[in-house]
Amino acid sequence: MSALAVTGLSIRHADGRELVHDLSLALAPGERLGLIGESGSGKSLTALAVMGLLPAGMAAHGSVLLGGTQVIGTPDRRLNRVRGRAAAVVFQEPLTAMDPLMRVGRQLAGPIRRRRGLRGARLRAAVLSALAEVRLPDRAAVAYPHELSGGQRQRAAIAMALACEPELLIADEPTTALDVTVQAEILALLDGLVTGRGMALLFISHDLAVIAEVADRVVVLKDGSMVESGRTRDIVREPRHAYTRSLVDSAWALEGELDRLAP
Amino acid sequence: MRGRLTFAAGCALVGLVLAVALVSLVWLPYDPADTTGGRLAPPGGAHLLGTDKLGRDLLTQLMAGARTALIAGIGSVLVGGLLGVTGGLLAGFATRWLDDALSAALDIVIAFPTLLLAMLVAAAREASLGSVVLAIGLGMSAIVARLTRVLVKRVLAQDYITAARTSGTSWPRIVAEHVLPNIWPMLLVNLALQLGLAVLAEAALSYLGLGPPPPNASWGRLLQEAQATVLTAPTGAIAPGVLLVVLVVGTNLVADGLRDLADPTRRRSR
Repeated sequence: MSALAVTGLSIRHADGRELVHDLSLALAPGERLGLIGESGSGKSLTALAVMGLLPAGMAAHGSVLLGGTQVIGTPDRRLNRVRGRAAAVVFQEPLTAMDPLMRVGRQLAGPIRRRRGLRGARLRAAVLSALAEVRLPDRAAVAYPHELSGGQRQRAAIAMALACEPELLIADEPTTALDVTVQAEILALLDGLVTGRGMALLFISHDLAVIAEVADRVVVLKDGSMVESGRTRDIVREPRHAYTRSLVDSAWALEGELDRLAP
Repeated sequence: MRGRLTFAAGCALVGLVLAVALVSLVWLPYDPADTTGGRLAPPGGAHLLGTDKLGRDLLTQLMAGARTALIAGIGSVLVGGLLGVTGGLLAGFATRWLDDALSAALDIVIAFPTLLLAMLVAAAREASLGSVVLAIGLGMSAIVARLTRVLVKRVLAQDYITAARTSGTSWPRIVAEHVLPNIWPMLLVNLALQLGLAVLAEAALSYLGLGPPPPNASWGRLLQEAQATVLTAPTGAIAPGVLLVVLVVGTNLVADGLRDLADPTRRRSR
């Protein structure tokens, strides 16, 4: 059984615009797929559709099999049992993705309690070990989200997603809001955790360099349609579609500029 | 720190009035209905603050009035808060057409000035302290409901709600763990402000003769009765006015202080 199988997914706005058109992709357990495209290409909407959490006024058609459950058309209450277990999400902006009035430890305890049924001292111990897993100190548990740095917050958000022990981790631009040096740390952390737990990874980004670092295969999205897909290495070496080529060229151009400045 | 100071000052002012009201339950200088003090006696002697034009002891009237003011204020906030928060939560979670219908109804109620609404209720029902509380509470509930609705909508649009949903959290749990804690500080601040407004509304209704009828003592009615003799016996007008200001400023300071204290992002950044 695949971790995720999307077939012919279309997302339509209530006003008739089609935001994602006939998208198909599949992820085997433990596999890593990058989803790349510019802002507004439908990347994040695809992630929300996979979880069955499209905003009001949008409707998905086609088929989304998440851990073997058909997401499209299934009532919310039943999906709640699938969400978290089959897939969990790390969002772009960790500050807004955490409840500002709840201490980090308590936010982390929620999914751990629900998933593993722990209480009391054992729950507290599990929270601390979840923090340690993303290299956060024990005192992060009693901090409010705004008291952590951007990188620490994203670590905490990753810990929250992992607390659900998902089969598939969806990372929606997890490093975009961070400093470049912190980006590299978070990428390395994600990389290690996904490998260590044998999770599948759907990594969404607009940055080809970042995708190339973490994903084996890549799907290129433009204006809601898939324009190219294949192994990351092949796509970086010989892009076929003009849009992909421009992505690769601009990545190389940046590289060249850096080389020129710092030979 | 500033929040704590403001809060303490507000509590002191409100506490003062509360203490007066509590004392009035067990001890009053005179019987509130006692009119044997002579008309408009000056302050001092047997009557510490003098008497009014009916010969009643002014201090006694003020102390009993504190009771009325607090009952009206707290009662209205209970009625308005209970109805308003419930209605607002309902509208916040409702489907679109139900939300539109509720919002339209709220807009209509809010379009009526609270005082006019209160006058209608007071006129339709028998005049009593209960009617006044009901009237002010009803007017307040629309305002509280609209605020609650907006706060709920705003919280529901936040990423952390989506994040909680992606981890499979059920709706009742989301409401209890994320929605209520996040709207609660702002609601509390608003209810504290509404308490002050309700006290003013009771005084205004009493001033207009629509408040709780005698033998309930009321600061608003004392003001109205002292109006004709304000130049010859100014204490009769100044004293209830000062008490009203103390109570209303007190509730506003409490509200201000609560806003700073209830929000950890403000609390820590100071």
